[in-house]
Amino acid sequence: MQVNIAVNGTNAVIDVDPRRTLADALREDLGLTGTHLGCEHGVCGACTVMVDGQPVRACLMFAVQAEGCSITTIEGLASDVGEPHPLQRAFCDRHGLQCGFCTPGMLMSALDLLHREEKPSRERIREEMSGNICRCTGYVGIVDAVEQAAEELARWSDKDDVPNSWTKPTDAAETAVAADRPQR
Amino acid sequence: MKPAPFDYIRAESVASCIQSLADASGDGKIIAGGQSLAPVLAMRLSRPSVLVDINRIPGLGAMERHDDSLSLGPLVRHADLVEQRHSLLLAEAGRWIGHPAIRSRGTLGGSISHSDPSAEWPVVASALEAMMTVAGPAGKRKVHASEFFLGALEPDLEPDEMLVGIEMPIPQTWGFAELSRRHGDFGLVTVVTALVEDRWRIAIGGIGAVPLRAEESEAILGDRRDDEAVRQAARAAGAAVEPGDDIHASKEYRAAMVEEFTHRSIVQALSASAAGVH
Repeated sequence: MQVNIAVNGTNAVIDVDPRRTLADALREDLGLTGTHLGCEHGVCGACTVMVDGQPVRACLMFAVQAEGCSITTIEGLASDVGEPHPLQRAFCDRHGLQCGFCTPGMLMSALDLLHREEKPSRERIREEMSGNICRCTGYVGIVDAVEQAAEELARWSDKDDVPNSWTKPTDAAETAVAADRPQR
Repeated sequence: MKPAPFDYIRAESVASCIQSLADASGDGKIIAGGQSLAPVLAMRLSRPSVLVDINRIPGLGAMERHDDSLSLGPLVRHADLVEQRHSLLLAEAGRWIGHPAIRSRGTLGGSISHSDPSAEWPVVASALEAMMTVAGPAGKRKVHASEFFLGALEPDLEPDEMLVGIEMPIPQTWGFAELSRRHGDFGLVTVVTALVEDRWRIAIGGIGAVPLRAEESEAILGDRRDDEAVRQAARAAGAAVEPGDDIHASKEYRAAMVEEFTHRSIVQALSASAAGVH
């Protein structure tokens, strides 16, 4: 079946079997291997991506169901010129990763949380990120990182002189950024 | 962890969905949020030949407020229920389901149709005596919650029928208490207490094949509000259940937890009632 999707602001047409999961389509058909697959049955959270601004486990959605949707993956998080997103920087700063396998899912879940809540407490961060499993860090560095990114984003959210290219998207990235905003 | 091949049909209306299910002669399956179905397919515990996707049928995600009830479409997502403020019981129960990425896709209708006795919505539906509307080739029929859950993973739905609406009363007061080992897990014990039309209703999930109603506890509580009545009602719930043993918990522990969480849920309902919050 043909599926039209926009991934990180770029339109794509792929031809997939109905049983192809969105995660496999992103990895195999579009070569976006940043989305990781751990358990492949919706437990580990490694494959979390944004679909029309909502966090989704890409192993629990079939690619054919994403027809017409706008998808943001980990590859769409940094700016077009490669400037890391504050979340990415915070994960480096605070040792929020070790082997890195869970990191793409962690970042996408954290992104969703920071879209919804400006200053989540450490408790809230743990609660909201509990669907993402990490076997290396012991989570403390991850909570630190999300907290740091939240502070940074909050500092900038009401300033006009945004210094950084990731907050001033180019045309190509605009769709992806718009799609990131939850519409509930 | 890859599903077996299947045909995919994107239904455009309830009628076309039912037609597709009928054409599949019992080998078709509806996919809504897919949060329970996709793992089942991935592990090949089930291999339907046709998946009928209802996500694009217009209007099925509607939420309509009446004076003392809510009419909910089957495609209302868990996240929608967490965020609405018409029924705070539904908002609280929704919070206990999985994680954000599960709640954004998973649906009320899917959970109720899946009829997992450990899932939150069947217990809530049982306590609220929700009314289900089921559509099939012969038209629509209404099914009371007490008759809808026939067994574990066994709803009162024919292979060519579909749940198209859920009517949930808004309780005067309520309590929700769940025991799970990790955040987002299915409940080992879930107890919902609700006061609807001045009558107590207590439902217990996680024990037995379908949500159980603690009728004796409901009767003990009656018009009483004293601590002794609450204790007696909780004890009656613990004594009424016959839980099984498994890797997660022994039957003695489960029965003790039914008593404890029934107690908590009633106390929550009474204190919310006293504070005028519901």
